[in-house]
Amino acid sequence: MSANSRNSARVVLESTDISRALTRIAHEILENNKGSKNIVILGIPSRGVPLANRIAEKISEFEKTNIPVGSLDITMYRDDLRLKPPRALAPTKIPEGGIDHKVVILVDDVLFSGRTIRAALDALNDIGRPAMVQVAVLIDRGHRELPIRADYVGKNIPTSMNESVQVFLADTDENQEAVIISTGDQ
Amino acid sequence: MKKHLVSAHDLTAEDAVLVLDTAKELAQVSDRPVKKLPTLRGRTVVNLFFEDSTRTRISFEAASKRLSADVINFSAKGSSVSKGESLKDTAQTLQSMGADAVVIRHGSSGAPYLLATKNWIDAIVINAGDGTHEHPTQALLDAYTIRKHLKNNEGDLKGLKIAIVGDILHSRVARSNAILLKTLGATPIMVAPPTLLPVGIDSWNGQYSYDLDEVLPKVDAVMMLRVQQERMNAAYFPTTREYSRNFGLNAQRLKTMQKHALVLHPGPMNRGMEITAEVADSTNSVVIEQVANGVSVRMAVLYLLLGGTNNESGDNN
Repeated sequence: MSANSRNSARVVLESTDISRALTRIAHEILENNKGSKNIVILGIPSRGVPLANRIAEKISEFEKTNIPVGSLDITMYRDDLRLKPPRALAPTKIPEGGIDHKVVILVDDVLFSGRTIRAALDALNDIGRPAMVQVAVLIDRGHRELPIRADYVGKNIPTSMNESVQVFLADTDENQEAVIISTGDQ
Repeated sequence: MKKHLVSAHDLTAEDAVLVLDTAKELAQVSDRPVKKLPTLRGRTVVNLFFEDSTRTRISFEAASKRLSADVINFSAKGSSVSKGESLKDTAQTLQSMGADAVVIRHGSSGAPYLLATKNWIDAIVINAGDGTHEHPTQALLDAYTIRKHLKNNEGDLKGLKIAIVGDILHSRVARSNAILLKTLGATPIMVAPPTLLPVGIDSWNGQYSYDLDEVLPKVDAVMMLRVQQERMNAAYFPTTREYSRNFGLNAQRLKTMQKHALVLHPGPMNRGMEITAEVADSTNSVVIEQVANGVSVRMAVLYLLLGGTNNESGDNN
């Protein structure tokens, strides 16, 4: 899992770049929603959760309030469950106050086929009825398979299908932080 | 995980912890406005019950339905079994109806094993209690309940001492629990009159005792077993009063236990026999909670056995 173990790997975002991108996303969320009222931020495990926490922290800092933040596990809603061995579930934590009539911001690390977001929308549907759902991602790598788009994007990175995009975050990956694109046998 | 769940031996420590962790997440579903997940949509679960059961059958039915599986309930009464149909023919009927999972309870020990190993069906087999052999999902839900209260709902059960008291000889719950508790690192202690301990209890390599009062102060939880009147075809103890006096859990005995100690019972309880009403309704008792946990644990088992690819590539995870 080392960040520089692959020969064909290149770093597209470093720790400071990630931090700046998240700061910009936090500002965009506030701008778009005219403040932080009614906002609930939900990260999609695993890497969406620390990203959600960091965005919520930044917004809380700018606005001097506490933004409700949680996580939404989408495993049970995936459309490829039967193609793979069963996966372990990650925690779902819906903040107190729920999501009814709120603006829910879904946060994930990489937007690719769009299937994760579709599953997340289904999962939300079973938990409540938000007033609006928006999507924030650190990386948009293209190749959508569903009519889904992100409202907030850290960086657009055009990729080819045989490349893989990996996000390493301080909270989940032993203090390494980078976004890396590698080619070859994934 | 193995393809089927016939015995608690089918679970490694990692598997068991995975089931408990999965159950922990799935327990949240019960608190939501929509108590349903789409995970097993289009899958068919057959509840094949040759023996009476309330909570296990309802629990499996609720678990299957919360995962959106289609449930077919089959009970031996009023079916062709009462006309003498064999297990094999019944199984093949289910196969041709497209069952993806068969939850079987049978009066004969080994019936689920036959079903799982004879290639009569492709479906996965989950043992919901067979004769005096095993009842692995009950052991899982007991472990879940104990872990939730005594281990902060995380990891295994290392270091805990659990007394299993009563009719060990006839109890499939006791056998599965003894196996699973050991797998998870706990120490089961069987307590019963000598007549109700099975031959070869030494080979269970747990501890055993004939003296409940000596064991109770040491344990973190006590599991009271039902005295199975229907299997008492010999004089295992002189009178029920004597049994109750020596091996029943009453308020005085409860006082000798540690403060955090739990009282479990797989149900149905014979109040006044192996457990007094006072104890059954005390704050140490988690009997009602066991039922709720049963649904979560069975959801976890169904998801892990049925949610992914069947056996083609699923064995290595």
